[in-house]
Amino acid sequence: MLILTSFGCGLLFGAGLLISGMTQPDKVLGFLDLFGAWDATLAFVMAGAVAVTAAGFALARQRGGPMLAEKLQWPTRRDIDAPLVAGAILFGIGWGLIGLCPGPALVNLAGLSLPVIVFVIAMAAGMIGHDLWRTRRAPAPVQAPLRADG
Amino acid sequence: MHNLTPFSGLIGGALIGLATALLMLLTGRIAGISGIFGGLLTRTTGDAGWRIAFIAGLIAAPLLATLAGRPLPTPIMPASFIMIAIAGLLVGIGTRMGSGCTSGHGVCGIARLSTRSLTATAIFMITAIVTVAIVRHGLGG
Repeated sequence: MLILTSFGCGLLFGAGLLISGMTQPDKVLGFLDLFGAWDATLAFVMAGAVAVTAAGFALARQRGGPMLAEKLQWPTRRDIDAPLVAGAILFGIGWGLIGLCPGPALVNLAGLSLPVIVFVIAMAAGMIGHDLWRTRRAPAPVQAPLRADG
Repeated sequence: MHNLTPFSGLIGGALIGLATALLMLLTGRIAGISGIFGGLLTRTTGDAGWRIAFIAGLIAAPLLATLAGRPLPTPIMPASFIMIAIAGLLVGIGTRMGSGCTSGHGVCGIARLSTRSLTATAIFMITAIVTVAIVRHGLGG
């Protein structure tokens, strides 16, 4: 049931990205290009997504627990540290170069176009490479579970 | 502003929000795509099943849309594979180092009013805007 639900949520998420136009890098770059023919669509997408998410999250907190699992896994970190800042800068540069972030990149895989496949492989390599580098640099005894915010 | 599509933007955004809300309400998980995908690749969590299912759902969306007569997405990408690979690497490293992307920090984090996520979102938005300004208009225009 957990698997089916996750698939359904992924499907809905992908449909949202497609309908909103955010799977098209030129729409995203149109928003990021303040000095060109500015396209504000991404702001409407964010507004719609944040509003519905906030309502859903409020409901989840009120209920106390999820329906198909043991507990609500909220991100726990609140600190603003150097990796957060450096990571956001690197992500911002990569996002600005092409106009693809992880969600739209994965949705676009369905089209099997070579540029998208290259992007996703490079993205995967970056993720694996970063985690290898981090564990080698600091063989931490505590491998914090679900450290990621998202 | 001639390219603005506010209604499909709002509706699509609301669907993204609905998927994110349902994933939390039903499974207790945060719908951060880089976290879901990265956790699968780096095997730190040992819960691959739901991650694979979510990503399969993402990829199935455009395939199912073809049944409704919509063409498969053909994103406009730069010609240079080196540029594409560099961008992909930066997105991969950056989202892992910064613990999130547009969905995890941008949508989920802002909906939770997390200062950490608001900070990350502001930084990657500004950095991306500066990057586009440099790439499209050159330094100082």
